Amino acid sequence: MDGLDDLYKDIILDHYRSPRNRGELPVPPAMSAEGFNPLCGDQVTVYVTLDGDTISDIKITGTGCSISQASSSLMSAAVKGKTTSFAYDRLAVFKRLMTIDDTPGEPVNVRELGEMAALQGVVQFPARIKCAILAWNTLDQVLSTHASPQ
Amino acid sequence: MSGDFSSLRSDIPQLTREVHGRRLVYLDSAATSLTPRSVIEAMDQYYERHHSNVHRAVYLTAEEATAAFEGARADIASFISAPGGAEEVVFTHGTTESFNLIAHGWGARHLGPDSAIVLTEMEHHANLVPWFQLRERLGFEIRFLTVTDDFRLDLSNLDELLHGASLISFTGISNVLGTVNPVAEIAKRAHAVGVRVVVDGAQLVAHHPVDVEALGIDAICFGAHKMMGPTGIGAVWAKRDMWAEMDPFMGGGAMIADVSLDGYVPAPDNRRFEAGTPPIAEAVGFAAAIRYLRGWDMAALQAHEDTLTAEALRRLADVAPGRLRIIGPPTLDQRAGVISLDLDGVHPHDIAQVLDQHGVCVRPGHHCAKPLMKRFGLSATVRVSFGPYNTSSDIDVLIDALTAADAMFR
Ligand SMILES: Cc1ncc(COP(=O)(O)O)c(C=O)c1O
Repeated sequence: MDGLDDLYKDIILDHYRSPRNRGELPVPPAMSAEGFNPLCGDQVTVYVTLDGDTISDIKITGTGCSISQASSSLMSAAVKGKTTSFAYDRLAVFKRLMTIDDTPGEPVNVRELGEMAALQGVVQFPARIKCAILAWNTLDQVLSTHASPQ
Repeated sequence: MSGDFSSLRSDIPQLTREVHGRRLVYLDSAATSLTPRSVIEAMDQYYERHHSNVHRAVYLTAEEATAAFEGARADIASFISAPGGAEEVVFTHGTTESFNLIAHGWGARHLGPDSAIVLTEMEHHANLVPWFQLRERLGFEIRFLTVTDDFRLDLSNLDELLHGASLISFTGISNVLGTVNPVAEIAKRAHAVGVRVVVDGAQLVAHHPVDVEALGIDAICFGAHKMMGPTGIGAVWAKRDMWAEMDPFMGGGAMIADVSLDGYVPAPDNRRFEAGTPPIAEAVGFAAAIRYLRGWDMAALQAHEDTLTAEALRRLADVAPGRLRIIGPPTLDQRAGVISLDLDGVHPHDIAQVLDQHGVCVRPGHHCAKPLMKRFGLSATVRVSFGPYNTSSDIDVLIDALTAADAMFR
């Protein structure tokens, strides 16, 4: 059952069982957005507090399959304390890993992704790519509402 | 009668497939059933020897095609013991279209701001959305029978809901819970107050012997692909006097008596409900599926599936005790071979993904019955459903795979 071990790596199962940065932040001052994936009925809400250009805090609530929930947890760990441009950069890399962005260019440097690279196996299960990308798209939504002129 | 069904398996080409290096264990017959070779061959024969359009032709192959097509209609009528024969059967593209035909064909003429119909909380979207669409236009009231905590229709206020309503439409077997509804009883109470009775037969006709006259209903909707036939064809049976109350809902060729630039006159008989070239090869396949089911005997097939269902219910009780919940009746009493599962802490899509790697095909999701899922506070279940070709060893594989999935995520 090779494919299955690729999909459900230990890191993923660990983040699914003990999700990091779980919870809510008061809005405002935090910003939030909700994402939904009709395939699995996955739902996530991403809360972000910005300090200047830095994601000083991030919390996530939601329900859904192991891939969506583990990906949320991995994402929160990857971007917490980092700048928004770092987050956007990671989002771009992750989309390439998930083959959502398949414009030719440098191959994805998987090592750069740290624990998030554990989600690489999802690509073998095309139906589940939407589960993996859900939290990232929702983070994108939060950050882009902030970026729009006030 | 409980026969030996192992030879039935060799009639199904797809069962020889392997997936992920494992024997294919098909447990998704409530979504669509596997096809016997005889059905595939019957459709091949049509394309290889009789391919022509039906009706109005004078050459030999067209006459053959017409005879096969109309013969299929007669076979369907006799399969459900239609009292008025083939004339009471109208072909559609499936159960969903059958409901649209009734909602728009009957409802548009009979429903308005002062009228009401009764549906149930247990329905497939196919028996909800067409009525919602019609309600947007006509503004009638829709009342709902609710579902009890033990997964039955709550009939305690049935008479109240029927009072002043003009139609009730409900499923014979729930495609989520496996619950078998008391069709004859509901029909009797509805008719006592002059309410028309429509049944969703998508699961019922596929898995139980059905005699529409004995059930005392006015109409039933079903489709071939859940009864070992091809996709793309279904039927409505309705009593002659119910058809008389209906208007065609699709217009085009074949459904007319006359057309001029001033307008059209619909065909006087039930051809007025079949616009355009029908799915002819599929009708031939539908008839072959009915021959196949009759060859094994519907009552015997039901008994076989009942045996499997009882065994599965018994053995599932030992998987993840206290955490695996059956969303449906726990015993064979008034239930069919559709078993929805909720495993605490493991998402249905993760279970289905692990099962797939064991070669097991089951369906995760809301099963096109979102109001019912909401009733039980769920967004999805894993649904196991049986067909005539399943065996006890399929249950062995299912139990092992479920145990593995549980171990993986717990
Ligand atoms: C109870 C019930 N009604 C209606 C349908 C709709 O059938 P179809 O999608 O073939 O039109 C189904 C199948 O999913 C069903 O199980």
